[in-house]
Amino acid sequence: MSTFLLLAVYGLADGAILALAALGFVLIYKATRVINFAQGEFLLVGAYTFYTAFVLFDLPWILASLVGVLFAIVLGVVVERFVLRPLVGETAISVIMVTIGLSAVLKAVVQMFFGTSVREQPKILPTGSVEFFGATVPVNRLLVILIASAVLLAFTIFFRRSRHGIAMRAVADDQQAALTMGISVRQVFAMAWALAAVSALIAGVLLADLSAVEQSIAAFGLIVFPVVILGGLDSVPGTIVGGLTIGLLKQFVSGYMDPGLAEVVPYIVLVAILLVRPYGIFGETRIERV
Amino acid sequence: MATATGIHHRTYRAELRLRHTKAEWARLAIIVVLLLVVPYLLNTYWLGIANSILIAVIGAVGLNILVGFTGQISLGQGGFLAVGAYTSAIASTRLGLPVPVAVIVAVFVTAGIGALFGLPALRLKGLYLAIATLASQEIIMFVVRRWGFLTEDKGYIEVPRFGFIERETFEIQWYWILLPITFLAVLMARNVFRSSLGRSFMAVRDQDIAAEAIGVNITRAKVTAFALSSGFVGLSGALSAYYTETVTWERFTLDVSVLYLAMIIVGGLGSIAGSVYGAIFMMLLPALLTELGDQVGDSIPFLSDQLPAIKNALFGAAIITFLLIEPRGLDRIWTRVKDYVRFWPFRY
Repeated sequence: MSTFLLLAVYGLADGAILALAALGFVLIYKATRVINFAQGEFLLVGAYTFYTAFVLFDLPWILASLVGVLFAIVLGVVVERFVLRPLVGETAISVIMVTIGLSAVLKAVVQMFFGTSVREQPKILPTGSVEFFGATVPVNRLLVILIASAVLLAFTIFFRRSRHGIAMRAVADDQQAALTMGISVRQVFAMAWALAAVSALIAGVLLADLSAVEQSIAAFGLIVFPVVILGGLDSVPGTIVGGLTIGLLKQFVSGYMDPGLAEVVPYIVLVAILLVRPYGIFGETRIERV
Repeated sequence: MATATGIHHRTYRAELRLRHTKAEWARLAIIVVLLLVVPYLLNTYWLGIANSILIAVIGAVGLNILVGFTGQISLGQGGFLAVGAYTSAIASTRLGLPVPVAVIVAVFVTAGIGALFGLPALRLKGLYLAIATLASQEIIMFVVRRWGFLTEDKGYIEVPRFGFIERETFEIQWYWILLPITFLAVLMARNVFRSSLGRSFMAVRDQDIAAEAIGVNITRAKVTAFALSSGFVGLSGALSAYYTETVTWERFTLDVSVLYLAMIIVGGLGSIAGSVYGAIFMMLLPALLTELGDQVGDSIPFLSDQLPAIKNALFGAAIITFLLIEPRGLDRIWTRVKDYVRFWPFRY
């Protein structure tokens, strides 16, 4: 029972971070129909900006987070303006490859500045543990779950209530109709990328706090694919369900069966979902028959 | 030389020819002479790179058949290369098959597995297919890493060197083995697209619904494209197994899939010649950067310290630059240069 609980908490914490990373991915896909293979590198860049501000410049963590958010917004807008906008209307392969190229560049830039060694960062979240139905559960995992839920809730409210959020949903729904209603599609595209970078920043910083600031953070970007396919490529609630499912699944398989198998299980789920229900649990179904 | 008014065909046979003008024949002759002379001009190091290029060309041509000509995005290249390498290595070391037979077995096994992983393509398109092939890459990687019996629990397979290959002349002997194989593979790929099969691939890429309407069997075309493409990739993987003499999973990761996609993007999607240019470009780029680092390393320490990072950055930058500036790649640039020269001093 205690193992089960421990695995569940670890899985939920992983899942919460995955959901955050997937949220950025879904935002971009919803608004601009771009699949972002550089999502993991956004996490990486986010973690390293926070590290730079927090450790190297010795700022208090609130200021450091602010610096991180500002940098993420600038990065998102610049990437959208100079890399993705020229490719509007191009084929899927071009768009996929440009984000893959982007991921190589971002990763290499991080490597140039910080090298490949693991950087130590003082833990922001308390590291103790609490007794919980007989299991010793680390506090920081619980806090990660809380923070991620708060951020996801904030994003949900943003989409439901704020002007910009509603504009984004309108563009996602129908670009031309949105244009005729006076919504600036360009602005929305830029905003989608900026918000995606911000949510990736939060995911990256949380992940770095749980483990360490290192290059392998970027590998998280690939597990985002099973998450978004499971939840539906264009569904925000889907990222939460998908993220938690994949996070729990990985931890349980790794805990009860085989850690190596845990690496590949998400992809087996992915293929199964693609064969049975390609648009995911909550995704919008598009019917096209040949 | 072609006349400035263009090339006019009087018969269908003439139109179907691989080479239409004397200039094209002359160019072919120059390339053949170059390829025959090259091994005597290069030292061992560069000859090794030439051999890697020859192997990569086969793989890039295979990927281009699928991505460039049939429009099915695949991120599973690394996995299929692994299938080719492992199959041929196991067939020749454990089953004791002669090497040519082992290579042929590897080609067919990879084609079969490629067709299997191509089945999702019957239902999925574009982005979804890309993600499905990403999963196939990860699953194949898992299999070759974790199924101990493939490597007899060693984690790698050692492939014995061919008896007739001498240590001193290793690279040059391999050059003579690889050159004809690569030449035949490229020629075969070029010919596929003069046949109805190749045309049906292109029809599926351009407009699948219209293709179905005029009687192209899309299911057949897609599965055949996956099989054919994987066959080339399997050949490339099998050759690399014998050339490098060890088979380990590290050489077939997702990065390899991305590298091959980069080759065909840079070279030109939907062009056999483009795959060749792209493979050369992408394999030469890191080698030339290493050379540059050695040359100026003392005066600019930053460059030599950061060489691996710079290589990665330039790799990504090359992909982005080509997509933004010339999405049709080196092949298109070559065509434009030819046109410029032909019409000079007029613009068009």
